[in-house]
Amino acid sequence: MVSSVANARTRLLAGSRGRLLNGTLLALIAIALVILATKVATNGPAYFIQIVVYGLANGSIFALIALGYTMVYGIVELINFAHGDVFTLGGFISLWLLPIFGITEGGTVTGVGLILPLLAILVLSMVVCAVVNVTIERVAYRPLRHAPRLTPLITAVGMSFVLEGIMFLWRGPFNLHYPNVLPATSIELGGANGPAIGFKDIAVIVIAVVLMIALTLFVERTKLGKAMRATAQDRDAAELMGIDINRTIAATFFIGALLAGAGGMIFGLYYNTITFDQGFTAGLVAFTAAVFGGIGNIQGAALGGLVIGMIQSLSDGYFDTAWTQVLIFAILVLVLVFRPTGILGMRVPEK
Amino acid sequence: MRIWRLVRKIWETDPRVDPNPLVYAILTLAAILYPVWAQVSTGGQGDFLISVLADAGVYILLAIGLNVVVGFAGLLDLGYAAFFAIGAYTYAFLASDHLVVTPLQEAVHLPFWIVLFIGLFVAAAFGLILGAPTLRLRGDYLAIVTLGFGEIVPRVFKNLSVWTSGVNGISALDKPVLPVWLNGPWSGDPLEVVQNFKIISPMAFYVVMVLLLGICVVLVNNLRRSRVGRAWMAVREDEVAAAAMGVNTVRIKLLAFAIGAAFSGFAGSFYGAKLSLVSPENFGFSVSITILVMIVLGGMGNIPGVIIGSLLIYGITFLFLPALPPLAEEWATNIGLGGLVPPNGDWPGIGQEMQRLKFLIFGAILVLTMLLRPQGLIPSRVRQQELRKGVQEDMTIEDVNAETTA
Repeated sequence: MVSSVANARTRLLAGSRGRLLNGTLLALIAIALVILATKVATNGPAYFIQIVVYGLANGSIFALIALGYTMVYGIVELINFAHGDVFTLGGFISLWLLPIFGITEGGTVTGVGLILPLLAILVLSMVVCAVVNVTIERVAYRPLRHAPRLTPLITAVGMSFVLEGIMFLWRGPFNLHYPNVLPATSIELGGANGPAIGFKDIAVIVIAVVLMIALTLFVERTKLGKAMRATAQDRDAAELMGIDINRTIAATFFIGALLAGAGGMIFGLYYNTITFDQGFTAGLVAFTAAVFGGIGNIQGAALGGLVIGMIQSLSDGYFDTAWTQVLIFAILVLVLVFRPTGILGMRVPEK
Repeated sequence: MRIWRLVRKIWETDPRVDPNPLVYAILTLAAILYPVWAQVSTGGQGDFLISVLADAGVYILLAIGLNVVVGFAGLLDLGYAAFFAIGAYTYAFLASDHLVVTPLQEAVHLPFWIVLFIGLFVAAAFGLILGAPTLRLRGDYLAIVTLGFGEIVPRVFKNLSVWTSGVNGISALDKPVLPVWLNGPWSGDPLEVVQNFKIISPMAFYVVMVLLLGICVVLVNNLRRSRVGRAWMAVREDEVAAAAMGVNTVRIKLLAFAIGAAFSGFAGSFYGAKLSLVSPENFGFSVSITILVMIVLGGMGNIPGVIIGSLLIYGITFLFLPALPPLAEEWATNIGLGGLVPPNGDWPGIGQEMQRLKFLIFGAILVLTMLLRPQGLIPSRVRQQELRKGVQEDMTIEDVNAETTA
C-alpha cells in the first residue's frame, strides 16, 4: 500500500520532470530542423535526394549491426563490445572468399553468374560470423553469467581486442581495398544533372530490408523466437516453463552475428574499403542507434539505425564531417538523459 | 618462525582491517628503494627508469580515482579518460603560451600547484554536469552515457582547433615550480637557496608523484571508512535497501562520480605538466578501458590491489608490448632462426609480426584474467566475502525453487 503510494508519487514527479525535459528536447530538435531546412533550401533538391539515399543505405548497415546489439542486450543485458568486430569479420571473410568464388574487380561475369556466387559468399560469411559469435558467447560470457555485471563487460572488450588482433595479424593494419564488383549502373532522376540512385544503394537497402523482415518473422512466428522473447522478459520464469536458456541465448548470439556478418560484407561492397578496426566506431554508432530506438526493442533498433544513418549523412552533407561523430554521441547522451527508453521504448531503466 | 606467523596473522587479519598495514609498508619501502635501485643498477643512468615510474604514477592516480566510482560505489564509468583530458587541457590553457594564438590572444601562466586544483575542480564540475541527470537512471545507462561522453570530449578538443590546435595538441607547457628550494652538497652544488626552482629532473617528478599518491591513498582510505564510504558500499550492494536506510542514493552516487572525476582531472593536470604536451590522441577509449582493467585486474575496491594492478598493466601496455618486437628479433637471431627477422613475401618479419600480436595479447590477458580470477589479483576481502556470499545466496534461492516445484 505504502509502496504503491510512493510509486504513484514518483511517477507524478517523473511525469512533470519528463514533460519539461521532453519540451527541451523537442525545442532542440526543432532548432536543428530549421537550420537544416535553410541549408537544404540553399543547396537544391537534387543534392538533398542524393543525401537521403546515401543516408538510407548507410542507415541500413547500421540497422543490421544495431539489431545484434539490441537482441543480445535484451536477453542477457550485456553490451557485447565484440559485436562491432564481428561485423568487421564479415567484411574480412567475404573479402577472402571473393577470389575463391572467382569474382574479381572488373571481372566479365554478370547477371546470375555474379549474383549467385555473391549470395553464396554472403551466406558463408554470415554463418562464419555467427559461429564465431556463438563461440565467443560460449567461451567468454557463459561461464560468467552469474558473475558481477562488470566482469562479462570486460571480457567483451577483451574479445573485441582479440578479434581485432586476429584480423590485424591476418591482413595488416592498412585500409584494404574491397573489390567494386556490383554494377555501376544507376537510375537518373530528372536528367543528367539530377540525383542518381545507384544499383549499389538499392542492393544494400533491399538486402537489409529482406534480412530484417526475415528476422521479424523468425522472432514472431517460430518457437525459438518465442523462447527468445520469453527469456528476454523473465529468464527464470522462462526456465521454469522448460525453455533451454543456454540454447536460446546461443541462438540470439547466432542470429545477431548473422546480421552483423551480412552488414560487414555489404559495407565492403558499398564503400570498397575495410580496415581491421572499423568495427569499433561502427559498433559504437550502431549501439547508439540501438539505444536511440529503445534498447531491447527490435523494431526500435531498425528504426534507430535508419535515423542515425540519416543524421550522419545529413551532417556529413550539410555541416562538417569532423563534427558528425560528436553529434551522434551527443544524441546518445541526450536520448539517455531525456528519454532513456528510446523513441520506441520498451525496457524501463528505473526498477 | 615466529615472524612468519606474525606476518601471516597480519595478512589474514579480520576483513575489517582492510587497509592492510603490511602491504602499505612494502609499497612505501618499494617506492623509496626504487630510485636507488634504478640508479645503482644502471650506474647512475637511471633517469629513464625513474621517469617511467613517475608516468605510471599518473595511471595509479587515475586508477585510484576510478576505484572510488567503480569499486566503492559500483557505478560503471567507461569514459573516464574524458575527465583526464579535461584536466590536462585545463593545465595546457592556464600554464603555457598557447592562449596567445587563440582568439583570447593573451597567455596565462598560473602556478602548477594552483592549476592542479583548478583541473581538479573543472573535472569535478563536468562530472557533476554529466552525472546529475544520468545518475537517477540505473544499471548500464550510466556506462553508456559516460561512454558517449568519453567519445565526445577528445573529438571536441580535436575539432576546436582554433582553441586547441587540433591534432597537433598544445606543447611547451610550463614546468612546475617550487617557490623555494635548497641546493646543497647532496645535489653537487654549493649550499644556496634557489628561488622559483623548476622541477625538471625525473627524480623531482617522481618525488612529487609519490607524495601526491601517498596523500591520495590516505584520503581515499579515510573516505572509504567514513559515513560516505559506507553509504557507497550500501548503494553498491543494494540500492533499494540503502535508500530504505536513509541514504540519499542520488546524492551519494553523484558525490562518488564527482570525486572520481576530480581525481582524473588532478591526474590530467599532472600528466600535462610532466609531459609538457597534450594532444587529443592520448585520451581515447583505450585509455578508459586500460584504467578499468587496472582496477579489475588488481582487485576492485582494494587500494593496494589497484596500485599493483596499475603497475602491472602499465608495465604490460607501455613497456612490455612496445619492447616485444626487438626482443623477438633478438631471440630469433640467437636461437638460429635469423631468417625470420627480415620481411619475406607475405611474412612481415618477426618484429612486425609481434607488433601485430599486441592487440591479441592484450585482449587475451583481459579475457583470461576475468575467466580465471574475476575478483582480481589482490581482492578486497570485504568484497570477496560479499561475492562469495552472494553466490551462495543465489544457490539457496534456486534450491528453494527446486523444492517448491518438486
